[in-house]
Amino acid sequence: MENKKSSIIGKIYLAVMIAFFYLPIIYVVFFSFNRSKSLTRFTGFSLRWYENMFNNRSILEAIYYTVLCAVLATIISTLVGTITAIGLSKSKRITRELFQQVNNLPMLNPEIVTAIGLMLFFTSLRVQTGFTTMLLAHIAFCTPYVILSVLPRLRRIDPNMAEAALDLGCTPWQAMWKVIIPQIKGGIVAGALVAFSMSFDDFVISMFTTGPGVSNISIYVYANVKRVNPTINALSAIIVYVITVVLIIVNVVPYIQERRKAKLNAQLTESN
Amino acid sequence: MIVVPMFMIVMYALTVKGNSVLTLQFTFENFTRFFNDTIFPSVLWRSLQMAFITTVICIAIGYPTAYVIAQLKPGSQSLMVLLITLPMWINMLVRTYAWKGILGWFGFSSEIRVYIGMVYNFLPFMILQIYTALSKIDKNLLIAASDLGANDRETFLRVTLPLSLSGVVSGITLVFLPAVSSFFIPKLLGGGQYVLIGNLIEDYFIKTGDWNFGSAISLIMAIIILISMYITKKLDKEPSEERD
Repeated sequence: MENKKSSIIGKIYLAVMIAFFYLPIIYVVFFSFNRSKSLTRFTGFSLRWYENMFNNRSILEAIYYTVLCAVLATIISTLVGTITAIGLSKSKRITRELFQQVNNLPMLNPEIVTAIGLMLFFTSLRVQTGFTTMLLAHIAFCTPYVILSVLPRLRRIDPNMAEAALDLGCTPWQAMWKVIIPQIKGGIVAGALVAFSMSFDDFVISMFTTGPGVSNISIYVYANVKRVNPTINALSAIIVYVITVVLIIVNVVPYIQERRKAKLNAQLTESN
Repeated sequence: MIVVPMFMIVMYALTVKGNSVLTLQFTFENFTRFFNDTIFPSVLWRSLQMAFITTVICIAIGYPTAYVIAQLKPGSQSLMVLLITLPMWINMLVRTYAWKGILGWFGFSSEIRVYIGMVYNFLPFMILQIYTALSKIDKNLLIAASDLGANDRETFLRVTLPLSLSGVVSGITLVFLPAVSSFFIPKLLGGGQYVLIGNLIEDYFIKTGDWNFGSAISLIMAIIILISMYITKKLDKEPSEERD
């Protein structure tokens, strides 16, 4: 009896927590359909903020830069990170440990410190800040996460595997693609996902490394937050829709695949 | 790409404004200026205090949440973890902006609003870390404890709690660190009246353009954070070494 009671209290507590986490998201979606400009009173349904958003060039540009930067940063940092991780797994223990300490630095450092460090770095080289510097900064802070997710997988691989492949007549290139890469694929995908979400969501580092005329979604929101501007609600709501759809696909597809596999297996055993 | 920018900060912090690389002039003036001022040390103190209170609130709310999740059936456990991770995929700035509207309904002071924003943004990290530690605990240990005559409370205090402390410590790292340096949460929700150390750094870089002094502030902040992280890690390790 006692136990049942406490489990009900626990469930209520969890429900309150979940409500707390989703309150801002529900709020944003709800008020993006508001007719009036008010952020606190809902006066009626309208799509005018969505219309506003699609007519606003700086918002569209911010979306474009955000997506472009995230895609490029993900591709490059995944490549660089994977190659670095493979190189590290083959290098001496001391080099590897030293490198991992350095690799942890951006993760232990407050974001703002990394950001101004990169900014000082770019300006002292007299590089004009803009999209390129923002992209370079994103690659710089995403790569450590890719290395961190690929390295443990590499360590689990039997080093004899690659040698066996070479002995059996593979070229080093083939050994890499057919033996090593498939085994660390999970780590690469996980690293790429982290890199993409970090780059897509980044505000602090982008803010300090970007130049005039180039802003991403976060910078746009930050710059326009002083005025009452429900267009941002529409923008936020669209991000919510897109991410919800992507997450549903990501979470449901493996489930369906598994179902199909199970079905296939069942059929196979039946026919046997 | 990682080390050089750090050196740049140290260099800027130790030099006089308007220097080029050729005529470097080293100075500690930026640091003495920081500590001799009446405002800066108090802002630093306030940021540390705020980060500390945020961390304590996150533990107080997050620990029971993680504990309740760990008690559920395995299927609902992963569902709950998914539900908590989902909002984190949406831009932090966008979620904080939404709070600005929600808190407009209530007449909170700017301080409370900043606290709500901080706790909201950093709580998921705390919950997930504690949950991971809790879910790793061998259930047989709990059964053994109750077989040996411990009641629920004793089992929790002497078995579950010590074993989950590692999760609390990594949670503290993930909450305290970004909370000290956060600057858009106080700016968005505090309405510019509530200045923290991150806002100071931002102002010196973006508005004033005094990069040397800005670098000095961020160096001081980074050092304090590193020291506090070191102490936290030490606190975590010592009791476990004693037990071994």
